[in-house]
Amino acid sequence: MQEGAVLEMRGICKYFPGVRALQDVDFTLREGEIHALMGENGAGKSTLIKVLTGVYPKDGGEVHIRGLEGAAVIRSPQDAQNAGISTVYQEITLCPNLTVAENMYIGRTKGAVTNWRRMNSGAGKILESLGIPASPRQQLGSCSIAVQQMVAIARAVDMECKVLILDEPTSSLDEQEVVKLFGLMRDLKAKGVGIIFVTHFLEQVYEVCDRITVLRDGQLVGEYVIGDLPRVQLVSKMLGKELDDMADIKGETGGVAISQEGAPMLEAQDLCSSAGIKPFDFSIRRGEVNGFTGLLGSGRSECVRAIFGADHITGGSVKMDGKAVKIKKPLDAMKQGIGYLPEDRKGDGIVGDLSVRENIILAYQVMKGFFRPVSRAQAEAFADEYIKLLEIKTASADTPIKSLSGGNQQKCILARWLLTDPKYLILDEPTRGIDIGTKIEIQKLVLKLASEGKSVTFISSEIDEMLRTCSRLIVMRDRKAVGELSGEDLTQSKIMATIAGGDEE
Amino acid sequence: MPNGTAVDKQGRLKERAAMSDTNLLLTITIVVFFILYLSAVFFLGGSFTKPQNFLNILNNNASLIVLSCGMSVVMITGGIDISVGGVTCLVCMTCAVNLEQQGGNMLTVILIGLGIGLAFGVVQGFLVAHLGIQPFIVSLAGMFFAKGMTTIVSKEPVRVTNEGFLAVKDMRINVPGLGAPNKLGVYIPAYVEVGVVVALVVVVLLFCLLRWTRLGRAFYAVGGNNQSANMLGINVRRTKFLAHVLCSVLAGLGGILYFLHVGSGDVANGAGDEMNAIASSIIGGTLLTGGVGNVVGTFFGVLSLNTIKRIVSSLGFDEAWWSNITVAAMLCLFLVIQSIVLLRKNKK
Amino acid sequence: MTTPVKNPETQVRRPDEPLFKRLTRQQLFIPVAALALLVLFNLIADPSFFAVSINQNSLGNPVLSGNMVSVLDNASELVILSIGMTLVTASSGGQDISVGATMAIAGSVILRMVCGGQVTADTMQTPLILAVLAGVLATMLCGAFNGALVAYFKIQPMVATLIMYTAGRSIAAWINNNQLPIINDLGFKYAGTFLPGVPVPTPIFITVLVILAFWLILKFTTLGLYTQSVGINPSSSRLNGINPQMVKLLTYVILGACVAVAGFIRVSRSGSINYSRIAENIEMDAILAVALGGNALSGGKFNIYGSILGAYVIQFLTTTLYKYDVPSTALPAYKAVVVILLVVLSAPVVREKLAGMKKAPAKAAKEVA
Repeated sequence: MQEGAVLEMRGICKYFPGVRALQDVDFTLREGEIHALMGENGAGKSTLIKVLTGVYPKDGGEVHIRGLEGAAVIRSPQDAQNAGISTVYQEITLCPNLTVAENMYIGRTKGAVTNWRRMNSGAGKILESLGIPASPRQQLGSCSIAVQQMVAIARAVDMECKVLILDEPTSSLDEQEVVKLFGLMRDLKAKGVGIIFVTHFLEQVYEVCDRITVLRDGQLVGEYVIGDLPRVQLVSKMLGKELDDMADIKGETGGVAISQEGAPMLEAQDLCSSAGIKPFDFSIRRGEVNGFTGLLGSGRSECVRAIFGADHITGGSVKMDGKAVKIKKPLDAMKQGIGYLPEDRKGDGIVGDLSVRENIILAYQVMKGFFRPVSRAQAEAFADEYIKLLEIKTASADTPIKSLSGGNQQKCILARWLLTDPKYLILDEPTRGIDIGTKIEIQKLVLKLASEGKSVTFISSEIDEMLRTCSRLIVMRDRKAVGELSGEDLTQSKIMATIAGGDEE
Repeated sequence: MPNGTAVDKQGRLKERAAMSDTNLLLTITIVVFFILYLSAVFFLGGSFTKPQNFLNILNNNASLIVLSCGMSVVMITGGIDISVGGVTCLVCMTCAVNLEQQGGNMLTVILIGLGIGLAFGVVQGFLVAHLGIQPFIVSLAGMFFAKGMTTIVSKEPVRVTNEGFLAVKDMRINVPGLGAPNKLGVYIPAYVEVGVVVALVVVVLLFCLLRWTRLGRAFYAVGGNNQSANMLGINVRRTKFLAHVLCSVLAGLGGILYFLHVGSGDVANGAGDEMNAIASSIIGGTLLTGGVGNVVGTFFGVLSLNTIKRIVSSLGFDEAWWSNITVAAMLCLFLVIQSIVLLRKNKK
Repeated sequence: MTTPVKNPETQVRRPDEPLFKRLTRQQLFIPVAALALLVLFNLIADPSFFAVSINQNSLGNPVLSGNMVSVLDNASELVILSIGMTLVTASSGGQDISVGATMAIAGSVILRMVCGGQVTADTMQTPLILAVLAGVLATMLCGAFNGALVAYFKIQPMVATLIMYTAGRSIAAWINNNQLPIINDLGFKYAGTFLPGVPVPTPIFITVLVILAFWLILKFTTLGLYTQSVGINPSSSRLNGINPQMVKLLTYVILGACVAVAGFIRVSRSGSINYSRIAENIEMDAILAVALGGNALSGGKFNIYGSILGAYVIQFLTTTLYKYDVPSTALPAYKAVVVILLVVLSAPVVREKLAGMKKAPAKAAKEVA
């Protein structure tokens, strides 16, 4: 092993049926460093982590861990824990029916008997020191997603570990929580723990990391010290091509400020739903791109869900082209020519076991009606058309959609709605968790749709992205619309100030 | 930090307001049982006022209590075992044949009962936990196998005359202070059978196992989310395996208690007991989705089920079909209550 | 690295994949293999098993008889049930365990109608079609009850249908005041035995008609797509305009209709009913048929033809066992062993192990080279 290294992986290979997920990947983690693992979706980051933690068996290569003689044998998450590796996964991997304290200690206590008192007091201390707003005795399922994620982090941190793996832990945290997490990471680093940090947010990488390892298509691109690798280069390493596209999109920003006039196509008044948002007003013109912004949990998703009728509507009125319409359920909205790409791609978007073709025609088929099925030939024609148009990478139209990468799944959902030829498209976080190349493609597509006279509402956690695409932003705070920005006001600082609120005049 | 404090307040509020799902459902069960029994005592009077009547519910259902507790354990891990009725039946028949035709004694009966249970548990547990076959299918085959084997052991009912066995069967353990004088003024003590004591010990032991041991908590974790449990470092396969072994061994024990109560082997023994056990577990607040449940609730589930049967028959609906229809109605009521309570809770 | 970068998203079809493995991945592999095994066994043990002859039945009509005819005939109820069960499984990820009990209800209603409330009747008191319609209505109501509990109260299907399972036979008895009506009208028995002058048992025709009806339904409606979509991801289906609750309810009602047809065939075989014995354990066989057909019992994608084939395999097995004088009471034990063997062989873990064993020598050879 190299000097100072706590973990070394050499020549790791992993195959899935028909796919080489990892090929001869090397990875070294040193004592007291935060090491970013970067790559597009499908590059093999998650697979590498899962091989390391024993979730997947590896097909080749060796893992060395400091303090263990020879190659480490890790066949299960238990083995990984015993070897001093603790992990926080992207999805929450805790048990919702147990208490917070149990979730922090289960599976790593010795002895056959559970000492509830000691467990609760221990958990209470950790929760308090990390400022996590949860009680040890509370059932985990009754906590918010962000708190659950923090509990998972607390569990991992509390283990006496040599290696801490954070696999996209920040996607459900708000900014304050991210700051807290970073503080925690720096403390651990000072104690000599090696941290592997997987994230899609470039800013976060440059804020806390010391070193970067880049993967592409299941292969190692290289390992770099953070100071040696400017952002643009990192991105081009991840994509495997020089990046002019980023500049391209910025150039088009000027074209956004169209259609500030004309009657609104959709107009909602005092709309509110069972999801607990305050009544809000909303309107959009033909060919306009606007957006909702705000912190996570500020109610931006709930607003668009209310427009689409996805939650139970409790009040308000909606007009389409000046005529009052009733939108009580998604089908009503679809009939009005509204399409909705949901925030939770896996839970609300894709129908995992169905083929790409069936996923693409689903909404179109539903609008056509129960007794008028789309013929096989027609469905194939539609699928082929959109696979080509959106450059969806799939073995065939018959492949189950769940075996595609995140970005390609998202493109299928986009195809699904484009096929219905909507007048108005709502895109809730279409770019979350997908690679930069696809992100840019989606942004371009949004602008193209607008230029064709379609209206788009766009939501993204990345303000950059919103600025590039939207001509008007509605700012949400605490489940209430608190401001609307357009034209000159559309700057990063102004948006931040409105989101933060409080002492503005 | 306005956002932070809001969450904080919410968190604290929830802590006070929300019970865990397990405790919530347990409370409902216990309350319903007492309402049922007390209203029977007040409105129907008669035999319901006598303590022996209550104790007879226990005497008649010692076996079902044990079966239901085992079922609850498997259901907590997210599985199901519908072979328990069949195992009961097979154990009764084998024990009867052993006592009558092979000169067995109480010890061999116990060994046979637990042995059959263990064998079923090991095979079913292996198939479910290590080969990943759905527990419903596995235990369905287990039920068929047990029922078929019973008729292969003996098609005819076997009545037991072994004296040692009958001595245990007829042993009555008096409960002090609950007796009553009969018409002639002679004090008749209230009693329970040996099986009831065994069943109560099982309930207490299982309660402790589920509450205070690592294995017990692992059952809940696996039922809550088995992928998460795996990531948390729990050996999911071993946990599921042990749950099935435990359930089947308890089914074997339940078989012995059934045998002790009826004193004969018959192919009709334990018929429908898998459904009674599932129903009792559900009424006792165990969810088939796993992760939620409690054997104390299950105990009260068995009591509630049999109390309502008695109430219905004492109301004059004593045709055979009424009993089943009432059980079904009761099950329906409980399922709907649970569903509404949990749906509401999850919405908040 | 000298090897060219391969795109991991393109699925590489490996031509060297053994034929055995490619075959075993087919959904219909298990039922077809099981059927082949049974046929082979019977061919070797006693080829006369497949003999079909024409005999005179008790009415003097020439009718086909033989083991194969009895397999096709006796499987009818199971085949019809397994189709409905497949849909229910796909949409709700659970099974209806009350089908046997609701078959008793259908039988009871039909008999009460044709007997007009009498204990024995020599002629039908109500037109047959009306009686059958009443039966269909009754079981569709039961189906709607089950479906409503599953869809709207979100109760797991097996638990929700446990209610009907417990109460169904009692309700059936209650419908006829616990009497056992008997109808002696030959017209009533046509459906369960033979039509005059036709040598093929009528249930076979009814089964073919039902299969044909479902083929048409799946072809000319989007039931298949909706059912699978709801079974796989109800939340996503809802956002695409499908009403998941309605689809689930619909599949249970459809199963209800299937149950009525099966119940009608069963009572018209004998013209009488035994509430506690009629269609006993048939729910287990129906679920088994679905599983044997390669459908996941956890819902989602389905293939009704797999289930149909599965149902015939089960009946084939039963008939074979009867032929070798296995007493009917011990039959379940043998069935259980066969079932366990089948599911063990089809378990993914075991299949991987088997494939691994075949591959291992090849790998070793490569490493030497």
